[in-house]
Amino acid sequence: MAEAQSIAVAAESTVATRMSAPPSYDVADFPVPHGREEEWRFTPLERLKGLHNGTAVATGSVKVEVSAPDGVTVTTVGRDDPRVGRAGTPVDRVAAQAFSAFEKATVVSVPAEAAPAEPVRLSVQGEGGVTYGHTVFEIGAFAEVVIVADHTGDAVRAANVEFLVGDGAKVTFVSVQDWDDTAVHCSQHSALIGRDATFKSVVVTFGGDLVRLHPRVSYAGPGGEAELYGLYFTDNGQHQEHRLLVDHTAANCRSNVAYKGALQGADAHAVWIGDVLIRAAATGTDTYELNRNLVLTDGARVDSVPNLEIETGEIVGAGHASATGRFEDEQLFYLMARGIPAEEARRLVVRGFFAELVQQIGVPDVEERLIAKLEAELAEAIA
Amino acid sequence: MATLEIHDLHVSVDGEGGSKEILRGVDLTVKQGETHAIMGPNGSGKSTLAYSLAGHPKYTVTGGTVTLDGEDVLEMSVDERARAGVFLAMQYPVEIPGVSVSNFLRTSATAVRGEAPRLRTWVKEVKETMERLEMDPAFAERNVNEGFSGGEKKRHEILQLELLKPRIAVLDETDSGLDIDALRIVSEGVNRVRSTGEVGTLLITHYTRILRYITPDHVHVFAGGRIVESGGAELADKLEAEGYEQYTKGGGS
Repeated sequence: MAEAQSIAVAAESTVATRMSAPPSYDVADFPVPHGREEEWRFTPLERLKGLHNGTAVATGSVKVEVSAPDGVTVTTVGRDDPRVGRAGTPVDRVAAQAFSAFEKATVVSVPAEAAPAEPVRLSVQGEGGVTYGHTVFEIGAFAEVVIVADHTGDAVRAANVEFLVGDGAKVTFVSVQDWDDTAVHCSQHSALIGRDATFKSVVVTFGGDLVRLHPRVSYAGPGGEAELYGLYFTDNGQHQEHRLLVDHTAANCRSNVAYKGALQGADAHAVWIGDVLIRAAATGTDTYELNRNLVLTDGARVDSVPNLEIETGEIVGAGHASATGRFEDEQLFYLMARGIPAEEARRLVVRGFFAELVQQIGVPDVEERLIAKLEAELAEAIA
Repeated sequence: MATLEIHDLHVSVDGEGGSKEILRGVDLTVKQGETHAIMGPNGSGKSTLAYSLAGHPKYTVTGGTVTLDGEDVLEMSVDERARAGVFLAMQYPVEIPGVSVSNFLRTSATAVRGEAPRLRTWVKEVKETMERLEMDPAFAERNVNEGFSGGEKKRHEILQLELLKPRIAVLDETDSGLDIDALRIVSEGVNRVRSTGEVGTLLITHYTRILRYITPDHVHVFAGGRIVESGGAELADKLEAEGYEQYTKGGGS
């Protein structure tokens, strides 16, 4: 069942026409943004520290550590490696800048039919200054793997992360943005999903001064499934932007997007853009996207823009929902009327709000850390 | 013995046209072990009384006193009132997504009792109480009020009443929207709590139907924001026969 309303919106403005330049690997193909462009209008450019205009020279450093279970290999390759740039082309100037500037790419390979018991863990620890990066995860056919990428410390970081998901493979990717308050992080996650493969991504954003991520998927064959989940907690002065695209390029594929955020404090700004494109060839598509925001205090701002473009009527389902609500006084009253003190009541409601997404992570230590982080953020709000 | 004393209570609510007085001098004393039915037409202020006793922030007390064993209830925050033993079974309880009934009940019991109930006895206590209310065990794993039918919401309220064992229970139109079976089950739950003799009950209702299951000691007619007539159970029969017309003529509702 398609939603007529969404189609009408899509007819006026499409994913393609809203971009100021077509995707490209070359930074020179993108004009320097001024802030009025559709894809930049929510982003405070002055806080990008030059990532968008060519003035950010890579003089900083990050400590990157990969812990790979047996059978998973990690190699460093040049930009001419055929696996680099295959899953997706940079879609904005910062991603193209990262692509043009990185020196060596890291390729993590999971062989076909491998099913490591432990996750692949990638730790990116910022040590200050500008850095660019490129990482490719190559997952063989029928492999099953969990990948956890953890971002901490201080950095001005632009990167591309690619996923080549083999036929029938099952991948869970958890990306935690737990940066220091000063960090700037822009990253494009591009996944190319093989036939009958499943790609699940869970993006968790807490830290940073400005975080702008592009989780994107497209399908290399029929029967693929994408689950894109996200949680963010946007505090005082933080700008956290998640711009998603699900490009239904093949028949009989499914996608489900669910992002939830809580905001508190003055000038906290969360942006969520959810684009879903169902191409003419993508018959039998089933897609749903959702964004919910919980505004805990005055002074926070949310921009939530779902967008669905449908080029074929032969689909199973397509829908979206977006809602931003204030922390509900009635919920607080109900819990307090049962003797529960205000602080604890608030914690219960916020934990409950995120619960269904936390459960999706499936990596116990990350789940525990996330819950601890939530509690700490809430304690800060109360204090 | 716990006694709730309401004296000359005046309550206003802020609306579009400014502040509006809803309660206009309510006087009522409810003692432990007693059941008082408050009956009145729509808009008479019955629910405002219930929510004001629980401390809902929408209502402003502009005059009068409410004490529980001499303690000033109006000075207490919402959660303090609950811990002091005032319980409000709500007419329209809200959904709390992601919070399971079992987690909610245990958190609440811990707060009200001042310590976490021992797990083994607690699980048994919840299970048995749910059985008596003819609730499916799977109910405990659902999110609070999410997707509950009208009857399920009311059973869930009475489940809390039975588990939290308040000293004063205010039941706000608990009977509304219930079919006969659900009304019987819910009433039996209320009667179990009453039979302990440890709770004073304030039963707020529009209809006399629930009084066939729960026999009140006192019946009060509420109109225009105050109690206009009080009597015994026989007053309910009179209301059943004659309706509220005589109280609303020229009244402030």
